[in-house]
Amino acid sequence: MAVSIRMEVNGQQMSGETEPRMLLVHYLREKLMLTGAHVACESSMCGACTVLVDGKAVKSCTMFAVQADGSKVTTVEGLKQNGAYHPVQEGFWEEHGLQCGFCTPGMILAAVDLLQNNPNPSDEEIKHGLEGNLCRCTGYQHIVNAVRSAAKKMQR
Amino acid sequence: MIATPNKVGQPIKRKEDPRFITGKGRFTDDIKLPGMLHMAVLRSDRAHARIRKIDTRKAEAIPGVVKVLIGKDIVGAIPPLPCAAKNAEGNHWLAGVPMNVPDYTALATDKVGFVGHNIAVVVANDPYTAQDALDAIKVDFEDLPVVMDPVKAAQPGSPVIHEQFGNNLVFNVPGGPSPEAIAATEEALKNAQHRAHIEIDNQRLIPMAMEPRAAVADWDVGRENLTVYTSTQIPHWVRTFLGLMLGIAEHRIRVVAPDVGGGFGSKLNVYPEEYLVVHCSRLLGRPVKWTNRRREEFTNTIHGRGQVQHIDIGFNSDGTWTAMKAKLYLDLGAYMMALTPGIATFTVVMMTGCYKPKAYCFEQVGVFTNKMATDAYRGAGRPEATFIAEKVMDTIAATLKMDPTEVRRKNYLTEFPATPPTGLVYDSGDYNKAMDKAKQVVGYDALRREQQQARAQGRLMGIGVCSYVELCGVGPSFLAPPGVGFWESCTVRVEPTGLVTVLTGISPHGQGEETTFAQIVSDQLGVPMENVRVVHSDTDAVPYGNGTYGSRGIAMGGQAMMMSIDKVKDKAKQLGAHMLDAQKESMTFDRGDIYVTSNPQRKVTLGQVAMAAYDFSWKGPGTAPPGVEPGLEATSRFEPSNLTFPFGTHICVVDVDKETGEVAIKRYVAVDDCGTIINPLIVDGQVHGGIAQGLAQSLYEDAVYDADGQLVTGELLEYAVPKSSMVPHYETHHTVTPSPVNSLGAKGIGEAGTIGSTAAIFNAVMDALAPLGIKHIDMPLKPEKVWRAIQKAKSA
Repeated sequence: MAVSIRMEVNGQQMSGETEPRMLLVHYLREKLMLTGAHVACESSMCGACTVLVDGKAVKSCTMFAVQADGSKVTTVEGLKQNGAYHPVQEGFWEEHGLQCGFCTPGMILAAVDLLQNNPNPSDEEIKHGLEGNLCRCTGYQHIVNAVRSAAKKMQR
Repeated sequence: MIATPNKVGQPIKRKEDPRFITGKGRFTDDIKLPGMLHMAVLRSDRAHARIRKIDTRKAEAIPGVVKVLIGKDIVGAIPPLPCAAKNAEGNHWLAGVPMNVPDYTALATDKVGFVGHNIAVVVANDPYTAQDALDAIKVDFEDLPVVMDPVKAAQPGSPVIHEQFGNNLVFNVPGGPSPEAIAATEEALKNAQHRAHIEIDNQRLIPMAMEPRAAVADWDVGRENLTVYTSTQIPHWVRTFLGLMLGIAEHRIRVVAPDVGGGFGSKLNVYPEEYLVVHCSRLLGRPVKWTNRRREEFTNTIHGRGQVQHIDIGFNSDGTWTAMKAKLYLDLGAYMMALTPGIATFTVVMMTGCYKPKAYCFEQVGVFTNKMATDAYRGAGRPEATFIAEKVMDTIAATLKMDPTEVRRKNYLTEFPATPPTGLVYDSGDYNKAMDKAKQVVGYDALRREQQQARAQGRLMGIGVCSYVELCGVGPSFLAPPGVGFWESCTVRVEPTGLVTVLTGISPHGQGEETTFAQIVSDQLGVPMENVRVVHSDTDAVPYGNGTYGSRGIAMGGQAMMMSIDKVKDKAKQLGAHMLDAQKESMTFDRGDIYVTSNPQRKVTLGQVAMAAYDFSWKGPGTAPPGVEPGLEATSRFEPSNLTFPFGTHICVVDVDKETGEVAIKRYVAVDDCGTIINPLIVDGQVHGGIAQGLAQSLYEDAVYDADGQLVTGELLEYAVPKSSMVPHYETHHTVTPSPVNSLGAKGIGEAGTIGSTAAIFNAVMDALAPLGIKHIDMPLKPEKVWRAIQKAKSA
C-alpha cells in the first residue's frame, strides 16, 4: 500500500508515493535519482548514506522515507550553491580528503553537521565528530585536514 | 627519469574529485537501465552441510518474482569457477606441486562448504521483492562436521571437507626452495650460536571496501551483445572469463568498471555473482542488477591473510641472522578463488625481508577449512612475510639485548641489485638511509632515554621498528597465473585540436591516475593538465589491459604510457621536420614545441603538428611525408624485466595502559621509498590509508568464526574497522631511490603502508610489555588480550 509523502529536498518541494517500508536512502536514490547518498551497511554503522534531515546529519539507511514526510532534506547534491562549492567540499578537494569517493558524500555532510555545532573544532574533536562515518582509503588524516581547512574558510 | 619536472612532483589536487564531492560519481549501484530487474542471492547459513531439498515454490508465487534458480538449473550453463592458480597439468602455477581443487559452482548443488555459500538466486521487479522471495525459499540441510582450525585440519584423522581428496590438503610444498637449501638450513641452524622458535597466528582479515560488490548485466537481444557494469579491479579479465565460461564471444562483451568504491584486492576475482547476473540477463532478455549487502559482503567476498607460521631461526652472538626454517599453514577456506593457493608464495619469497640470512627453507601447507576463501588483500603475502622478518629481528635483539635498529643494520642487504636467499633480485635500495631518516625524525635516542625513565616509573612505553621491503609493479608475466599476463598497455592520442586522450589498461579505483597520468603527460608533451583526459576501465574503449593491483598503476601503466609518449614525440618530430623542411634527426621536441635544434626559431607547436597529422593535406601529390600514416597516436605494451622493490622504515611509539590493556599510539613516523614520486599528496594518501589498514590488523580486526563455522564478526558492529578516532597522526617522510626497471623510476606505494605498519605497531606494543617478560601475543592486540597477558605475567 503506497503512502503519499511530501518533503523539501535541496530546496525543492517534492511529493510522491512510497511503500511504507521503503528506506529514505532508497527513496532518494530510486525515486528522486539523487544517488550521492550510498548504501554500504544498512545498519547505520558506516555513514555512507548520511544526509541532513531538518539540518541534522542522519543515516538515511535506517530511516523510512515516510518518517521524513514534511521534513527538509539536504543531500550532497544540494551543497553547491550558485555554482560555488561548499567550503567543506572545497576542503575535501584541496586536502585530498578522498580516494575512491564512496564514503565522501556522507563524510562531507557529517562534517557540515559537525561544523554547524562546533565551528572551530580541534583535530581530536573532528576525529570524534566523524567517528560515525567510515573511510577505508584515507586513514582519515586528510579528512581531518579537509574539515580543519573548511572551518577556517567558514570563519572568514 | 623525467628531465625538467614541472607538474610531476607537485601536490596537485585531483581531477577526479569534483564528481565525488558533488555526489555525481557513478558507481555500479547508481546505474539504472530501462526494464531492469533485480537479482538477490540466497546464502547458506550453515558452514558445512548436505543439501537434501530446496523448495522454491512459495518464492516463485510472490507477485513480482520473475525467476528463481537453484544449482541444478545452471548445470551446463555456468561451469565450475576456474582457480587460476592451477595450471594445465593440475599443479600449483608457481610451486609446481599437485593441487586439489574442488568444483566450485556459482550455486551449490549437493552441499555447502561455508557460511555465505550461494544456494539460489531470485530475479524480481524490485530489490525489496527479491529479498522477500529469498525469505520464502526453504532449504532442508543435513549438517556435516565443521573443520575450522587449519593446523588441526591438516592432521590425519580430521573430518574431511571434500571426501574425494581423502584429506584437507589443497597442496603441500614440503621442501622449498630445494633439497640442498633444506640441508644447508638444517646445518646452519645446528651451527648457529643461538636458536629460537617463533609461532605466529597471522589472523584472517576482511578487506571491507566501502562499496559492496555489485554488477549490472545488459544483454542486448537484437545485437547479441553484452554490456556488464561491475565493481572490479580487472575489467578485461572479467571480459575474458565471462566469455570463456559462458560461451559468449569475447568481442561481443563490453565490461565497464564505473567508479569503484575501493578494492584492496577484494575485487580482483571474477565472482559467482558476476556469472549469475549475466546468465539471468541473457535468460530473461532484460538488464539485471545485483548489489551485495554488507552482511553478504563479509561472508562471500574474499578474506585476506590467515597464516599460522612456525619459524625456527639461527643467529650468532654479534646479531647476525644466519638461518631460517619456516612452516606455513594456510587457512585457505572451502573453495579456491583465482589466486587463493598462490598468495603465500609472495610470503615465502619475501620473508627474509631486507636481510641476508645465508640459509633458508620453507614448507607450505595449504589447508581447506569451512570458511570463505582467502585471496589477495592489500599487501597479499608481503605483510605476512614482513611480520616474520621483523619478529625475527626483534627476537634477536631481545635475546642479545641489542638495539633493534642495530640488529637490522647488521643484517641489511647493502649491495644492489641485491640477491636475498629467496632467489629474487631486489632492483635498488638503500635501507640504511631510510632507517637513518626514520630515527632522526622520531628522535630515536631521546625516545629510548625517555623509555628508560618511563620504565623506572612503572609505565609501559614501547618503541617499535619495522624495516620492510616489498614487491610491486606486478610484474613480469611469467609470474602471472595461466591465461593472463602481468604486462600493461596504453594508447596516447593527440587529437586534431591538440587535446590529449590517454587510454590505459590499468583500472584505478581511488589511486588517482586520472591526475597523475595527466601530470606526466603535461610535462612530457607540454599541454595543460586540463587538456589531458585519462580513460580507463571500459573494455570497448581501452586496449586490453591487466587492471590495478600489486601497486602497479604508475610502475606498469605509467611506463606503458611513457613508451607511447615517446612514440608520439618521435612522430611529431617527423611531421614537424616535414612541415619545416628539415630532417627529423635535426629536430628537438621540448614541451610541445618542435624545433630545429640548431635554430629554435624554426618551430611548430604540437597543436599545429596534430592538426597537420589529421587534415593531412599537403602541398600536392607526392608532398606528404614519406612513410608516415595520418593521425598522431601510439599504443605500447610494457613487459618489465623485473618487479620493483619499494622499502622503508616505520617507527611507532606507544603507551600501554597497565590497568586496561589499551594501546595508545603516541607517534607514528613512516619513511617510505617508492622511487620517483609523481604526486606527493596522493602518495601520502596511499601511505596513510595503508598504515590504517596495518594498524587495523595489529590492534583491532579479526575475522572470527565460531566452532560451528558462523562468522561472528559478520557485521560492522562486530568487525572493528578503524574509525577516525582510532588512528594516530601519521608523520610521513620519504627517501627517493629510483627503480631501474622503468624509465619513470617509480616503484609503487599502494601497499607499503600496510606492510610497514603492522609489524611496527606490533613490535612497539611488545617492546612496551617486554619488562613484564611478555614475548608474544597474537594479533589483534585488543585491550582484553593485552590485559590478560599482563595479568598472567604479573601472577607468574
